[in-house]
Amino acid sequence: MPPAEVRWLRDWLDDNSDDCGRQLFGRSAQVALSALKRGSSLDVDLATLQGRSVLVATGDQLTAALALIELDGVARRLTVVPPDVPRAHFAAVMADAAIDAVLSDASTQDHETFGIASRVICRPQLRPVAPARFDPQPTEWVLFTSGTTGRPKMVIHSLAGLTGAITRGANRDSGRVWGTFYDIRRYGGLQIFLRAMHDGGSLVLSDADEPVGDFLKRLGRHGVTHMSGTPSHWRRLLMSPSARAMSPGYIRLSGEIADQAILDSLAAFYRPARVGHAYASTEAGVGFDVDDGREGFPASLIGAPGDVEMKVVDGSLRIRSPRTAIAYVGAGAAPLTDTEGFVDTGDMLEPIGERYHFAGRKGGIINVGGLKVHPEEVEAVINRHPQVRMSLVRPRKSPITGAIVVAEVVLQDEGKPEGAARSGTLRDEILGLCRARLAQHKVPAMISFVPALAVAASGKLERPHA
Amino acid sequence: MTTKLTITAEIEKVAAEQNVRIAPLADDLNLLDSGLDSLCFAILVARLEDCLGVDPFTAADDVTFPVTLGDFVQAYENAAR
Repeated sequence: MPPAEVRWLRDWLDDNSDDCGRQLFGRSAQVALSALKRGSSLDVDLATLQGRSVLVATGDQLTAALALIELDGVARRLTVVPPDVPRAHFAAVMADAAIDAVLSDASTQDHETFGIASRVICRPQLRPVAPARFDPQPTEWVLFTSGTTGRPKMVIHSLAGLTGAITRGANRDSGRVWGTFYDIRRYGGLQIFLRAMHDGGSLVLSDADEPVGDFLKRLGRHGVTHMSGTPSHWRRLLMSPSARAMSPGYIRLSGEIADQAILDSLAAFYRPARVGHAYASTEAGVGFDVDDGREGFPASLIGAPGDVEMKVVDGSLRIRSPRTAIAYVGAGAAPLTDTEGFVDTGDMLEPIGERYHFAGRKGGIINVGGLKVHPEEVEAVINRHPQVRMSLVRPRKSPITGAIVVAEVVLQDEGKPEGAARSGTLRDEILGLCRARLAQHKVPAMISFVPALAVAASGKLERPHA
Repeated sequence: MTTKLTITAEIEKVAAEQNVRIAPLADDLNLLDSGLDSLCFAILVARLEDCLGVDPFTAADDVTFPVTLGDFVQAYENAAR
């Protein structure tokens, strides 16, 4: 029975006896969720963190997960730091988020407290404590937005907003084992953590230092049933010889544009798994899920009444819903929404028949002699070639047209000798595909074959700054 | 291969790819009459930079754009020196 209203994360632990067997699987440790009812991962009494603004800055995802479960409803604010935030920005983060306690773990090398007196250590070895007795107070969840350079941008969410897409209509099913290539300290990964908490299932956490093949075997060993990641994560996975180590029944893509090629590849590879993609962003929250196996989404969603309202302004998707963030953090921060409460996602839409396809990011446009090109639309065409695993389209400066479009392509059989021998033919085939489907200025002027493309810690393809 | 031969070979390749018909590649051919549009030139200049190692239209401070094919080839030969 789903709880009517989630007051705090512990509501999803204390439900009933379903919890036996539920686990959080880290790379080197695991914790039974039921153990949190009578144990604590923290080295201080929970009461000392009541009403505090806590920076969750652990090295490990497992300790972060434990801290979030224990402190939601207790702390006034939880600021969840993704692993790749440079230390140099910590002072600004602490000031912006008004931090008064720092939580870290054994893997955090330097135990700096940045001038903050309260320091808490979180460990996966629980110490026995009496069951927490609190009247839960709503906790502000502060998350870092993705894709910014320089001083990090953070937004405030509520647990109700974060779980808005999961709490309704979903059934608790204790058999589920969730897994994600994301770090749970980013919006996409946090969604999966919260889903696993809500569904009554278990969760297999990734580890940035773990080879992909090892993670896949671990996922297989724990019997993962529901797996999520970005299209870049999934493309990389399909290149792994261990891809068959797991056999999930549900595959979820989010965080980047899911093109038809990756949807079809995953459906074929993991048949009979269901393959769905979701639209979500740290600022706009979860927009919608697409489960028909096709890229883009039905145009009828735009302007439709409901919890999530969407409109298109100058080609860009805007969303208003209870799941969007509440505000940016910090004094003098820019407003999050327009005057009507819509968040501009900056994701550009293109109407194609009865659907909208995502064309790319508002700021990512390549200008070829005054004609616009979204790198993502070109990549989607290149990725249709059966020999292509993934691609990156970027601008190259041109004294004639300002910029031209060039592409870097990773092949399925990269590394095999016949791959290199065939590259001339392949280049012609890929260009032929592009010419058949794209305007002339969008066709890459040059294609180079590369062994790999850089994927950022966020799970998204690293794009050069145009 | 001489610079000139490299350039004419690349021009023919780009023209074929872009599906444009080009005039016979004589030295006195006006580039504007060559059949190559600005996108073709942009692609050509990028490819020539990769195989010849120079882009005479970006490298110099005082870029003079060539009028004829002969000027165009000359620009590359000068830049290579």
